[in-house]
Amino acid sequence: MVDAFLAVFHRPNFLTFVILFLWGFYVMVTRYNLVKKLIGMYLVQTSVIFFLVSISVKKGATVPVLLSITEPVQAASYANPLPHALTLTAIVVGVATTGVGLALCGAIYRKYGSLDEQEILGKLE
Amino acid sequence: MIFPFEIPLLLLLLVTAAGAILVKDLMSAVLLLGTYSFFLSLVWGWFGAVDVAFVEAVVGAGLGTVLFLLTLFGTAPKDTRLHRPPPSLLTLIVFPLLGFLLLYAASDLPEFRDPSSPASVHISPTYLEQSYQDTHTPNVVTAVLMDYRSLDTMVETVVIFAAGIACILLLRRQVK
Repeated sequence: MVDAFLAVFHRPNFLTFVILFLWGFYVMVTRYNLVKKLIGMYLVQTSVIFFLVSISVKKGATVPVLLSITEPVQAASYANPLPHALTLTAIVVGVATTGVGLALCGAIYRKYGSLDEQEILGKLE
Repeated sequence: MIFPFEIPLLLLLLVTAAGAILVKDLMSAVLLLGTYSFFLSLVWGWFGAVDVAFVEAVVGAGLGTVLFLLTLFGTAPKDTRLHRPPPSLLTLIVFPLLGFLLLYAASDLPEFRDPSSPASVHISPTYLEQSYQDTHTPNVVTAVLMDYRSLDTMVETVVIFAAGIACILLLRRQVK
């Protein structure tokens, strides 16, 4: 049981991911300001992408750009390229969804004059 | 086991993220989020993911920060709520439980930088070895993104287009 928890210190990437993910999620749930909620959402998105990229790291490996195009490729000397290719799409889509959220914030502020969740709910009633 | 460079970089990440969360002034929080994005792209460059680092520096730190700042210029730059009520009991139960489960699952993961982790031995050696014969592109990430998964990348522009349309529809002035 204790060994299972000590194992996380051999995986500092996972520890960072857990802290960022949980803290961002907590901010999304507990804060009342809508922009603050979006900051939490951005932290959750980037923490997941960070974890996916950190899986691709190999000891003694370099950037996945082939050094020589004539010799046969040693796969162990290049980092795993597949998480990189997948997360490139995720970053752009994440910023696009954050942009839509921010546009919603702007529209809400124009209509209700506040970004505080409780005040907006009070004005809706 | 010693990780000479990762530990300070990961600590910088956590500190800037904590600043973005804890600072009351929203303008400072957004700028700290921009520094967080830059440190993230630095970490990814250190991990060997240069393409991802470029995209994060341009799209995440650049465009994302600009979008946040534009919103704040159009709305209120201060968090008006100085005192929050304490979090509910459900929150206090769910989040430690979630953290407990996530940390407990850590022992099942491959170690950091493990060259024989499942993700690195299953299909990715095939891509690294075959992609130059298939696509004649030395950069394997570009080969995957623009050749093997080119339809996926093309349809991604539809997502960006939809997001742009949604922003325009939300932000246009109502004609009375």
